[in-house]
Amino acid sequence: MLNYIWLGLMLISLIFGAITGNLKAVTDAAIEYAGVAVDISLGLIGIMAFWLGIMKIAEKGGIIRILSRAIRPLARILFPDIPKDHPAIGSMMMNVVANWLGLSNAATPLGLKAMEELQELNPDKETATNAQVIFLAINTASITIIPMTVIALRTKIALENNLTGVNPFEVISTGFFASTIACITAVTAAKLLQRLPNVKKSNPMNKLSKAEVENE
Amino acid sequence: MNNAQNSTFVDFMQGFSIYAIPVILLVVLTLAMIKKIKVYEIFVDGAKEGFQVAVRIIPYLVAILVAIGMFRASGAMGYLVKFLSPVTSLIGMPAEALPVALMRPLSGSGTLGIVTELMKEHGPDSFIGRLTSTMFGSTETTFYVLAVYFGSVGIKKTRHAVAAGLIGDVAGMLAAVMICHIVFG
Repeated sequence: MLNYIWLGLMLISLIFGAITGNLKAVTDAAIEYAGVAVDISLGLIGIMAFWLGIMKIAEKGGIIRILSRAIRPLARILFPDIPKDHPAIGSMMMNVVANWLGLSNAATPLGLKAMEELQELNPDKETATNAQVIFLAINTASITIIPMTVIALRTKIALENNLTGVNPFEVISTGFFASTIACITAVTAAKLLQRLPNVKKSNPMNKLSKAEVENE
Repeated sequence: MNNAQNSTFVDFMQGFSIYAIPVILLVVLTLAMIKKIKVYEIFVDGAKEGFQVAVRIIPYLVAILVAIGMFRASGAMGYLVKFLSPVTSLIGMPAEALPVALMRPLSGSGTLGIVTELMKEHGPDSFIGRLTSTMFGSTETTFYVLAVYFGSVGIKKTRHAVAAGLIGDVAGMLAAVMICHIVFG
C-alpha cells in the first residue's frame, strides 16, 4: 500500500506542480526535505543513546519485566504472538506512558527500543508482524492528555491580539476524546485487517509455526 | 471546566511531566544499585546502539518527507479541498477545517501552520479555532511515525499498518467534528 501512496504523492506533485506552475517549488521542496530528514534522524542520536543506555540498566534491574507482568491481561489480547512477560511489553508500556505524559523526547527512543525488541521476535526482518503493526497503530493515533503545542499556540495568538476572553485550555477535553476514539479505532482496525486473507498470508510469524496462528 | 480549573489541571500535568523523568531515573538506578549492577558498563553498552538506530532511519525518512514536501509545494492540496469540501460539509466540517484534516497525517509542522493562520483569522475561540485545535491534538503524524518506527528496524513491507493508521486518523477527525459540535455548539 505504501508503494502506491508514495508513487501517488510523487506523481500528483509533479502533475499539479506543472498545472499550477509550481514545478520549481516542487523540486526545491524535494531537495529541502531530503536535508530535513537527515537533520531529524541525526538529531535523534544523542537522545537515542541516552535512553537506550538507561533502558539497558532498567532491563538488567528487572523493572521492564515487572512492567510487562503488570499489564499481562491487556498484552495477551493486543499481542497474542508475544511470549508471556517478554521485555518488549514493558518497553511498549514505557513508550505509551511517556506519550501520555507528553514526554515526546523520551517517548520516541522508548518506542524505538520496543520496536527493536519486537523485531527480535520477527523471523522476517523486512516485513512487519501483527504485533509491530498494532504497536505502530498505538503510536500513529496516540492518546493525548494535554495537547501542549496547541495550548501554547492558542495562548500566543490570544496574547498577540489582546483577546482577553479566550480560554486556551478549552480544547483539552475535546482533544482527549477525539484522540482516544482515534487510538481505539486504529488498534481495532489493525486487529480486523490482520484477518483479511492477503494480510494474514503475509504475516512473517507464519514461517515460525502455523499452529500458533491458527489458534489465534 | 472553567479557566481556573483547567489551568490547575495543566499545572498538575506539567508538574507530573517535570518530575516523571527524574523519578524514572531514580527508580531505575536505585534498583540497579540494590542488584549491584555495573551501571556505567551497562549504560555504555546500551547507548552504543543509538547511532546505528538513528542512521538506519535516514533512507525511510528521506523517502517519506520528500514525497510529502513535494506534495505540499505542488498546490495539489487546494484542488483536493475543492473536490472534497462538498462531502465533508455534509457532516458538519467547515470547508476551512478540511485542509487541517488532510494535512494532519502528512505533516505536523504543516498542520500547525494552517491552524495558526486559521486562528489568527477567525480567533482561537471561534468554532473553527476550537475545532482545528482539537483536530491537531486528535492524532499523530502517521507517515512520519511510520517512517521512524519501522525504519529504525529496517521494515520495508508495512502490510496493513498504513491502512490502520489512516483509519485511525479519519476516526479522530470525525470524532473531533462531533465532539466540538456537542461541546461548543
